[in-house]
Amino acid sequence: MTSGNLLVVKDLKKFFPLRKGLFTKPRVWAQAVAGVSFAIKKGESFGLVGESGCGKTTLARLIMRLLRPTAGQIVFDGTDITAMNSKAMRPLRRRMQIIFQDPYASLNPRFRAASIVTEPLSARLRMTKARRRQEAARLLIKVGLNAHDVLKYPHEFSGGQRQRLGIARALSVQPDLIVADEPVSALDVSVQAQIINLLLDLKENANLTYLFISHDLSVVEYLCDRIAVMYLGRIVELAPKNNFRNVPRHPYTKMLLHAAPQPDPLMPMEIDVRDEEAPNPINPPSGCGFHPRCPYMRNRCRVNVPSLVKVDKSHYVACLNLNLKT
Amino acid sequence: MKRFFKNLNFTLGFILSLTVILMAVASLIRTPYNPDSMNARARLQAPSFSHPFGTDQYGRDIFSRTMVGAVNSVIVGLVTVAIGMSLGILMGLTAAYYGRWADEGLMRFADLLFGFPAVLTAILITSVLGPSMVNAMLAIGIFYIPIFARLTRAVALTIWQREFIEAARASGISELMITWRHVLPNTLSPLIIQGTIQFAIAILAEAGLSYLGLGTQPPHASWGRMLNEAQTFMSIAPWMCIFPGIAIAWAVLGFNLLGDGLRDALDPTMRNYGYK
Repeated sequence: MTSGNLLVVKDLKKFFPLRKGLFTKPRVWAQAVAGVSFAIKKGESFGLVGESGCGKTTLARLIMRLLRPTAGQIVFDGTDITAMNSKAMRPLRRRMQIIFQDPYASLNPRFRAASIVTEPLSARLRMTKARRRQEAARLLIKVGLNAHDVLKYPHEFSGGQRQRLGIARALSVQPDLIVADEPVSALDVSVQAQIINLLLDLKENANLTYLFISHDLSVVEYLCDRIAVMYLGRIVELAPKNNFRNVPRHPYTKMLLHAAPQPDPLMPMEIDVRDEEAPNPINPPSGCGFHPRCPYMRNRCRVNVPSLVKVDKSHYVACLNLNLKT
Repeated sequence: MKRFFKNLNFTLGFILSLTVILMAVASLIRTPYNPDSMNARARLQAPSFSHPFGTDQYGRDIFSRTMVGAVNSVIVGLVTVAIGMSLGILMGLTAAYYGRWADEGLMRFADLLFGFPAVLTAILITSVLGPSMVNAMLAIGIFYIPIFARLTRAVALTIWQREFIEAARASGISELMITWRHVLPNTLSPLIIQGTIQFAIAILAEAGLSYLGLGTQPPHASWGRMLNEAQTFMSIAPWMCIFPGIAIAWAVLGFNLLGDGLRDALDPTMRNYGYK
């Protein structure tokens, strides 16, 4: 119970080997997560935004220890889980749960709703069929589904309902931390709002801590207290919600905010975007990963990797040109 | 169930295989004549009311013997598919789960088994172990192991990549339980289809071995055995080979169509998928 942090991640790295044969050692690596550090306080909603391929999902799977980190450290509520094997992780699974992005792929098509939502429970204790159904019905009601649905199969539910099943499954063991990996991006906008409000309600009632991953800024801003922006496997800016919208410091954050559709058509363009494809994590640019797209690029950006620097109370930015701009 | 019978292959296969099974079951209850009792007065009789399929050189009723032969064929199909499926599934799941060395080793072993000409090796096995129905089933069953092992491995590998496996892992389910509860049930439908087709091939293989005298031993009735005995009397008593021959074709066609129909009905995307 150190300083109220539920989850501490220190310099976490995950490299995926490419072109690996049976006898040859891999020579090419994809740097999915290239050194990420942050801490999430108990009861906080921590948002993580970034474009596709920036390593958000890999980070989520590392924290859930569905993947083994290449380097770095993950501490969950004072326990170092970095190198734990799957057996040692099992008792901790009750305390950390994940909601997946795809509500179609993440539910076994051959399981009934009752078995799906009680699966984390059944990993820990044997349940009779009646007990399982009863527990499942209680969970379904909690996430706004009908208690009669316990006998249905996943294909009998809509996308939004399926995601509710995924949430019910995560809630079944009353976890402390919920990692939500783009839980609404596969859903229609109208359904998105319902699911987000459900997540907010549940947080208040169950004293949850969220790590909320999304590429949708508005969703993260609505739901989270602090927001981290990820680019090419690194966090480039970490700020409280208000700073994030009002005083963004990193050029990539500005670009993201700019790219999000604004309700006001008269709002002026603030930043000159060099419209290039996101670089490939297999062969990342030298120095600051953002320099090929950055409008403020200087020569040093090609050489030096910026680290997160405190610019304001709990506002951190990784940029070499902070002094140049206001 | 309705969608199965919409499929012509399935319906036809179902009817044909059902008659084979009904015939086998009926023979266990009662056959018109004792299939093994000889009758010197009724030798080599052509089909008639009292002997619908005729009689053989010992005066045994061919209809009764064909019925009993069906039991033989169904048992061979069941036992060989059971041997191949149980060990093949075990091998395939192991290879898919452990990957790397275990996978390479097991699959190269499967290649090795595939490398042998099946019938020739079955002849080898039965001549070493001695000709009998049990040894014939063993020989056929062993050759079924790599077929099921490869299929199981291929399907299991794709299942392991699915997200609900990760969800189960995040739930704290052990890897063994994931294999049992998530992977295995999702591999079953292609395995059942393959099993039906192998069932048909086993009937044919056993008939072949029995024809060569390496399978079912006299006096027990087996379709292959009956063909063997019939060839001496081909010109004077053609019914002796016609009826067991039709029975073999009937059963093999039936189970093959059943398998094809199941495949089409269960997964339309696999319609052009070539099975070995």
